[in-house]
Amino acid sequence: MKELCLIIVLAPLVGAVLAGLFGRSIGRAGAHWVTIIGVGISFLLSAHVFQQVVLNDVEPLNTNLYTWLDTGGISFHVGFLIDELTATMMVVVTFVSLMVHVYTIGYMHEDPGYQRFFSYISLFTFSMLMLVMANNFLQLFFGWEAVGLVSYLLIGFWYKKDTAIYANLKAFLVNRVGDFGFLLGIAAVLMVCGSLDYATVFQAAPGLVGKTVSIIDGHEWSLLTLICLLLFVGAMGKSAQVPLHVWLPDSMEGPTPISALIHAATMVTAGIFMVSRMSPLFELTETALSVVLIIGSITAFFMGLLGLVQNDIKRVVAYSTLSQLGYMTVALGASAYSAAMFHLMTHAFFKALLFLAAGSVIIGMHHEQDMRKMGGLRKHMPITWITSLIGSLALIGFPGFAGFFSKDAIIEAVKLSSTPGAQIGYYACLFGVFITALYSFRLYFMVFHGKGRMDHHTEEHLHESPAVVWVPLVALAIPSVVIGAIAIQPMLFGDYFGASIFITEAHAKGLHHMAEHFHGVLPFMLHGMMQPPFWFAMAGVATAWYLYMQAPHLPARIAAALRPLQRILEAKYGFDAFNEMFFAGGARGTGGLLWRFGDVRLIDGLLVNGSARLVGWFSQLLRGVQSGYLYHYAFAMIVGLLALLAVFVHKVIA
Amino acid sequence: MQLDLPILSICIWLPILGGLWVIFAGSKLGEGMVRVQALVISIAVFLISMLLYQDFDPTTAAMQFTERMTWIEAFKVEYHIGADGIALPLILLTTFTTILVIGAGWEVIEDRVNQYMGAFLILEGLMVGVFCALDALLFYVFWEAMLIPMFLIIGIWGGPKRVYATIKFFLYTFLGSVLMLVALLYLYRQTGSFDLAEMQAVALTATEQKYIFIAFLLAFAVKVPMWPVHTWLPDAHVEAPTGGSVVLAAIMLKMGGYGFIRFSLPITPDAAHALDSFMIALSLIAVVYIGFVALVQQDMKKLIAYSSISHMGFVTLGLFMMFQIYANTGNWQDAAMGIEGAMVQMVSHGFISGAMFLCVGVLYDRLHSRQINDYGGVVNYMPKFAAFMLLFSMANAGLPATSGFVGEFIVILSAYKASFWYAFLASTTLILGAAYTLWMYKRVVFGEVRNPKVATLTDINGREALILGTLAVMVLLFGIWPAPLLDMMHVSVEHLVEQVAQSKLSVARL
Amino acid sequence: MLSLSHYLIIGAALFCLSVAGIFINRKNVIVLLMCIELMLLAVNMNFIAFSHFNQDIAGQVFVFFILTVAAAESAIGLAILVVLFRNRNSINVEDLDAMKG
Repeated sequence: MKELCLIIVLAPLVGAVLAGLFGRSIGRAGAHWVTIIGVGISFLLSAHVFQQVVLNDVEPLNTNLYTWLDTGGISFHVGFLIDELTATMMVVVTFVSLMVHVYTIGYMHEDPGYQRFFSYISLFTFSMLMLVMANNFLQLFFGWEAVGLVSYLLIGFWYKKDTAIYANLKAFLVNRVGDFGFLLGIAAVLMVCGSLDYATVFQAAPGLVGKTVSIIDGHEWSLLTLICLLLFVGAMGKSAQVPLHVWLPDSMEGPTPISALIHAATMVTAGIFMVSRMSPLFELTETALSVVLIIGSITAFFMGLLGLVQNDIKRVVAYSTLSQLGYMTVALGASAYSAAMFHLMTHAFFKALLFLAAGSVIIGMHHEQDMRKMGGLRKHMPITWITSLIGSLALIGFPGFAGFFSKDAIIEAVKLSSTPGAQIGYYACLFGVFITALYSFRLYFMVFHGKGRMDHHTEEHLHESPAVVWVPLVALAIPSVVIGAIAIQPMLFGDYFGASIFITEAHAKGLHHMAEHFHGVLPFMLHGMMQPPFWFAMAGVATAWYLYMQAPHLPARIAAALRPLQRILEAKYGFDAFNEMFFAGGARGTGGLLWRFGDVRLIDGLLVNGSARLVGWFSQLLRGVQSGYLYHYAFAMIVGLLALLAVFVHKVIA
Repeated sequence: MQLDLPILSICIWLPILGGLWVIFAGSKLGEGMVRVQALVISIAVFLISMLLYQDFDPTTAAMQFTERMTWIEAFKVEYHIGADGIALPLILLTTFTTILVIGAGWEVIEDRVNQYMGAFLILEGLMVGVFCALDALLFYVFWEAMLIPMFLIIGIWGGPKRVYATIKFFLYTFLGSVLMLVALLYLYRQTGSFDLAEMQAVALTATEQKYIFIAFLLAFAVKVPMWPVHTWLPDAHVEAPTGGSVVLAAIMLKMGGYGFIRFSLPITPDAAHALDSFMIALSLIAVVYIGFVALVQQDMKKLIAYSSISHMGFVTLGLFMMFQIYANTGNWQDAAMGIEGAMVQMVSHGFISGAMFLCVGVLYDRLHSRQINDYGGVVNYMPKFAAFMLLFSMANAGLPATSGFVGEFIVILSAYKASFWYAFLASTTLILGAAYTLWMYKRVVFGEVRNPKVATLTDINGREALILGTLAVMVLLFGIWPAPLLDMMHVSVEHLVEQVAQSKLSVARL
Repeated sequence: MLSLSHYLIIGAALFCLSVAGIFINRKNVIVLLMCIELMLLAVNMNFIAFSHFNQDIAGQVFVFFILTVAAAESAIGLAILVVLFRNRNSINVEDLDAMKG
């Protein structure tokens, strides 16, 4: 199995290296073949591993590959931990990645950087697999940063676009802020546990309860809370939680396939995965869970609101991703890790689907992304239309679709949770459902229904995208419909995750309660239809239909009436402006000040050149003595001689 | 296999003699031949130094490959050299870097080629001498002699403000090392010999230690360079030719760190203990303050020079945290971790900063400008170069799987053991390092072409690709598998920690 | 009878004369050279006087040495002067301030 895992990880890497370094010699077709074969192998083997670990209940594998280094009596390894959690992630990652690879053939068809793109996405697959398969914090951090690197490369894929290279730098730096906390968390773990291996750390975790640490004199903090919060800062960066969410909307500057793969389905869920993986730590600290829950609630609700005012088709989906990530985070905070993972999985499918469908629309519209210039595409692009509808229904949680099960589970779990702040989380999620439905169907109606608002030329050339584009759509649409119904029973209520997720008895009550009332998929659906979330969703759809189909003049009027609110939303709550001014401007200002004043003036000017000038000044005084006339020198000599003689004589006499 | 060759002596004197040969025979040989011979000599030295690696026994802390001869009998000065696990990586780094430097100056230097190549070869020999000298006076001689070729390299082949830069460089370093000489002479009076081992063993009172430590500190802090005696470095780097910058950043800066390890810590452990908060403060200031300063630089070389200072802050941080780590954990092994992190950081910084300066050199050779604003959109014309520079920029920003990560990671991990806030401040490099490096990368490489001259750029040729490729392999190799590097030094570092842990006060004359 | 002090007084007078010559003279470098000669002669005077009164021949031997050296010195000095005059067209002491800081 160890060899198998090695192949799973290395196959995409080999593909990436071949496509990247020898792109020119293997050509365009060569590049997509090697990478697709690489990822394909990876997917098939992952499916096999999944079958082994999850379905056949083979013992989880925890093995070290090689010793990265030893120092200070601690060994750092590179190794694999393959349990139910990992296996699930592996399948999701490789499957979505495979679909995106295929889709890319069509989407990037005309791009000159074709081979480079394939190399990057394969490299991403490798990094993401390293992240999820890690059996220690070091490798986790490696994968963590490596996916950040690939994300940086891919957002800036069109490197001539100023917005793109601005966005990729922003994404990397914001993620680095998260990593900053993450790394400190890892350092804290090493300090208290003496190892970075998951197994050792999780074993030591219960012993840490009640230990305190004082990082500011006189304030005792719970050690575990500190560790968990630091680790969560990392998750906030990667999974784009407020206030570190600012990079995700901008990341849409990259090509659409990677928005689907990285910025919706896989990389951004790394934070969710990480917190689930760290459940043995998080479970032991109520405070950290509460913080997680609150941050998640804020993200889920407020980021959803922003989706309402966006006109760029990809940005709407991006804000929806933010909001859905908020849902997952809320679930984590409510100790419903399995629900978070469940939603992560369903979301990966339907959000990738939505993004790829948006990409298909963008291809059809000749790279026009403004929804105000679309409309009525239903007739021209039937497959895209149907799959989009499926994706949207899954997203809003329409009964029967994948999103319904996972989202309902989250809302239910939060409702039953005892974590402080769960009330806020519940209402945020509940109103979030309405918002989700509203922006999703706003997008859907604006793009696929109504009159076409595009120019004549574009309209004439509208047609369904090629098969390499729509086949992945269909392939993703299928799980978007069925995966929820299939997986809810084992994942939420069965023993699916085994020992990979740890929940304390007190926190598990909610899920137990839900399990007791779960009598199969159909009753669950029927029950769901009587619950508020369903009606909120329906209300959202209806509102969208009314506003954008029946009375298209109304939204503008509402916006005008709520001008201040509209302005706040359009400014995205001012995060960007604040960061740009305070952090970016502040850092540049500090740097300029330290440099011009500290280095140039103080150290160089005053100390270094100042001492040189002091010597110069002193010499200036002394140069007067050097008249150049012989008799002055002779005089000085004689006087000196006399003085010495006088001293000598004086001594002799005395 | 144990050859009875004086390998270390060969590594010192072969390049020096070779350099002299190249200089004096240069006019007869012709430029082409000079280049080839210089390259052959440097490769030969590197291969010979690899024998050291092959024969090195990592299980003992004792000095290996020692050679001992009387030099000046009256003062008990000896020609005594040897290497341990701390010196060996730096010696190999020196011999490796010299090859690249000779290659980097291949077509670029057209003026006085023989002297240029000769200067670098002589410099190589002297630097190896510094790393393996076991006699304090011998060390001092190599240490000072090294300034001469560097002084000439910057002064002759440097940029327009080279005179200011060379004088600043020379005076700064010289001022520091003169005080070191005073300290060495004092130690000579105490021990009656210049033998390093005896100096390390001699008992000293707290006051004596403090003065000696400060005298050493000035010499080594200037070399590292630590804040606030760092301002010579940006000027020297900006004016130096590419090869000079590479040697300066990759090797010369390491001598400061090496000096701390070889002299300050073992000779004056109690002073190091007493002043450790001060040293840590200076290191952290270097990391944070210089990080901010690097952010606003407009000159690429200056930016990289500042980033070097910031990275070297990790070295001094790693070295001087040991007492506080021990106070917190009660385990000397944890303290060793910081020192090993510092060592790794030194070696990795040698590769990365060298590579970054070579990258700037590649651009400078083509456009004759180092200003960031003169570039933009380079990737459109130099895709291969852009890929290499991306790798090195990422390494500079400390991305895992590059060597830049390893040292920073270990130092931050052990900094946490000393204090949360040390780790906190040190970790800001994650953000600042990425910010200044990638912002520069963005402005230089990405974007539309704004300066029409950029459109005339040609991608790197085979020679440049080979040099950058070699460095890329090293950066990745030590990032993915740093274990061999650390295995080499474990025992020596442990020995060092034992030495430092032993206070000299209990046996000191009162 | 002439005592030792008479000779020493003459020596001292000669010496002072030469010192004064070096100071007061601002015109001609040749005069400077002559003053230096005079100074050496003053020393010789003392040597001979002491030699005579102490009955020690060594003093007179020294005088010969000094005379030789003085001769050589003035030869070199005059040679320098010739070169100097060729270059600067002047041997005026006031003009010779190349060492001015």
